[in-house]
Amino acid sequence: MATAQVVSEKNYLNESKGLWSWLTTLDHKRIGLLYMVAVLTFFLLGGLFAMLLRVELFAPGKTIMDASQYNQVMTLHGTIMVFMVIIPGIPAFLGNFILPLHIGAKDVAFPRINLLSWYCLITGASIAFFSLFKNGVDTGWTFYTPYSIQTSNGTTFVVLGAFVMGFSSILTGLNFIVTIHTLRAPGMSFWRLPLFVWALYSTAVIQVLATPILAITLLLIAAERLLGIGIFDPKLGGDPVLFEHFFWFYSHPAVYIMILPAMGVVSELITAFSHKTIFGYKAIAMSSIGIAAVSFFVWGHHLFVAGQSEVAGIVFSFITMLVGVPTAIKTFNWIATLYKGSIQFQSPMLFALGFLFLFTIGGVTGIILATIGVDVHFHDTYFVVAHFHYVMVGGTLMAIMGGIYYWFPKIFGRMYNEFWARVTFVLIFVGFNVTFYPQFVLGSMGMPRRYYDYLPEYTSLNRISSVGAWTIGTGFLIALFVIIHGLLKGKKAEMNPWGAKTLEWTTSSPPPHENFINEPIVTAGPYEYR
Amino acid sequence: MSLATVIASINTLFISVVSHAAGGSFMPPQGTKVAEKVDSLYRFLAGASVISCILVFASMCIFAYQYRRRPGVKSAYISHNTLAEFLWSFIPFCIFMVAFAWGWYVYHDLRTMPKNAFEVHVHGQKWNWTFEYKSGRKSAGELYVPVNTPVRMIMDSADVIHSFYIPAFRTKQDVVPGRYSNIWFDIEKPGNYQVFCAEYCGQGHSAMLAKIHALPKDKFDEWLQNDPYKGLTPVQVGEAVFKARCTACHNATAEKKVGPGLQGVFGHQVDLEGGDKVTADENYIRESILYPAAKIVKGFPNAMTPFLGQLGEQELSGVIEYIKSLQ
Ligand SMILES: [Cu+2]
Ligand SMILES: [Cu+2]
Repeated sequence: MATAQVVSEKNYLNESKGLWSWLTTLDHKRIGLLYMVAVLTFFLLGGLFAMLLRVELFAPGKTIMDASQYNQVMTLHGTIMVFMVIIPGIPAFLGNFILPLHIGAKDVAFPRINLLSWYCLITGASIAFFSLFKNGVDTGWTFYTPYSIQTSNGTTFVVLGAFVMGFSSILTGLNFIVTIHTLRAPGMSFWRLPLFVWALYSTAVIQVLATPILAITLLLIAAERLLGIGIFDPKLGGDPVLFEHFFWFYSHPAVYIMILPAMGVVSELITAFSHKTIFGYKAIAMSSIGIAAVSFFVWGHHLFVAGQSEVAGIVFSFITMLVGVPTAIKTFNWIATLYKGSIQFQSPMLFALGFLFLFTIGGVTGIILATIGVDVHFHDTYFVVAHFHYVMVGGTLMAIMGGIYYWFPKIFGRMYNEFWARVTFVLIFVGFNVTFYPQFVLGSMGMPRRYYDYLPEYTSLNRISSVGAWTIGTGFLIALFVIIHGLLKGKKAEMNPWGAKTLEWTTSSPPPHENFINEPIVTAGPYEYR
Repeated sequence: MSLATVIASINTLFISVVSHAAGGSFMPPQGTKVAEKVDSLYRFLAGASVISCILVFASMCIFAYQYRRRPGVKSAYISHNTLAEFLWSFIPFCIFMVAFAWGWYVYHDLRTMPKNAFEVHVHGQKWNWTFEYKSGRKSAGELYVPVNTPVRMIMDSADVIHSFYIPAFRTKQDVVPGRYSNIWFDIEKPGNYQVFCAEYCGQGHSAMLAKIHALPKDKFDEWLQNDPYKGLTPVQVGEAVFKARCTACHNATAEKKVGPGLQGVFGHQVDLEGGDKVTADENYIRESILYPAAKIVKGFPNAMTPFLGQLGEQELSGVIEYIKSLQ
């Protein structure tokens, strides 16, 4: 799609040296790596807590911790995974690294703001961690009032931490929107953007529009705790359900901050490894925008049993069904891309196919939950836990893993070990289903979520689930070794090891400081496999 | 094992999983008519889900195998196909609309409160459920209702949000402080049904359980007229109240739970937060039950909801006598 670039010896990794040069870097690629280090560290922590939860749930009653410790670990797991891993995971790490390369730009539009947003994440996370550990916050990641107003003092700081992390998200989104509008290489029209860019664009719109609502809501909680103004606490004349509305007005769109970029990654992986142009480019691009738009009007499905009016419940059920349509379009278009392709099965592709498998199950169970008459039974049970893990872990984490392996040669200029990468796929994929499929059954049987203890009839399914979780844990540990091994000992990577067609593969691996020695000139779409 | 037996056993497993998923037989036994309606809708949804998943997975696997990379074979260049794309957005849309309309119909039944229902007040608090009947009778943790009678629960919470969930009736409703919420059911057969708290409410959330006992009408009327404490000594009254209201947080032994274990407390010195000490006499225990925040025992959170107005004098002095007896 563009002329091949001159290869140079200097690249962004060896341009300058020392920790200080990293901490003050303005290069989007280095900032992407700073995010990678942060997100992987948080992920290991959040994963460790998940393992502990599954040990506790291996048997009813007390296994290794008491109820209040369990609730704290559950809060740690949820808060870390949502605010520090899945939200920044793909946009801020992979997006930061790939987006300018994808559109043929030297960097993002505001490199200083880009660095600032990383510091926002680190500052917010530090505040949250400090309080989570010191004060034993036990509200769950949803901070529902009035519980969060009455419980331990730490909540104020955790909420403040999430507030600061929110700015990281807003600034990244803003940066991406401006970058996509203003810094595209000559010839890179909107209809020639790779689908990952379309996904990041839709995500950025949600980040900029929705995150301020969360920020305001969290500030109101802090104000209520510190000043005693009565907004959410009925003892002061407030309404706790109002908090649920505010919270989900952000947190439902946030679900798409988590999944839309993953869909973008999967579009890249499927075309690259099928060596075939994407089926229905415009439909996939537009469905990202469609999902982003509709996502603002479905928050009420989290309040089907909370006491909102029945009419509201029915309207929200209807709108939620509409989100299913663009999602179905994407799925079918990916499958159609495989048709008459020339498919290879390196580990990134395995993760993309795994994504399709798990995301489809997450999607159809989402429709079941959107059906209001059935949701009344499933609401707040393990069915919901299973559903959103299929979407968030089966979807987003599979895409992150696939994306890391896919862009590994570009990011580090080295190859990872393909055999062990496939082993991680098998362990994570199998372990995932063993963990979460039984939770659908537990939910149907009526086991509520966030339960420290459970009735004896739920024991055997919980055991299976725990064993599955430890399998996933093993898979991710091996993946960590694959990454570190590739980083230190991997074979030198070529410029374009997968034979893919997007712009980042036309520059050297790893790319030079400003990405391209000669500004690329784009003459065709991103997936011209003819 | 030969390949054929492996395939055959995988096939049997698969069919049983599909029929289970599609048949909804993991759901608890149905206690009401509405539960049957919910289950038929769920069978439709599960069936449609299983079929669409099989379609997606099968085409994915077949294409992946059929079009694996082979030397000299190039991929086809297919940019889109308007008819196919229209069909695979329109057909799911129609299925979603059926699900939506059917869901609405079932939800209408779940949420339309019957007129002339038998009414019971429900109070949720950390971490137990209490029930108050119009006859003046109260019960804790055990709800007694007549069968074949529509029952409406009028629910409130003394502290944080709880949720009243009866899996056998396929219904739940959040219990929100500061307002009343409603739930109704009409039980078909006498029996016992499990109640859970489904909204996270703190340490005792998973212990916030209750049982519904559905009795034939005559038995229920008899129960309603009974004095539950008739012929009991104060210690026995206290023990009954303690088991229903206190065990989510307190042990009758010395072992601590959310709050202190109560064995051997009476008559002894108690260390308070802030360094004060107090001797546990009748007045101290009474105050700790009615106004728990007044004196916090060292090393414990201020987590107890006040019981002021919730216990009758007979029950309160019963509990105090019971705690005295734990030596
Ligand atoms: Cu939602
Ligand atoms: Cu609860």
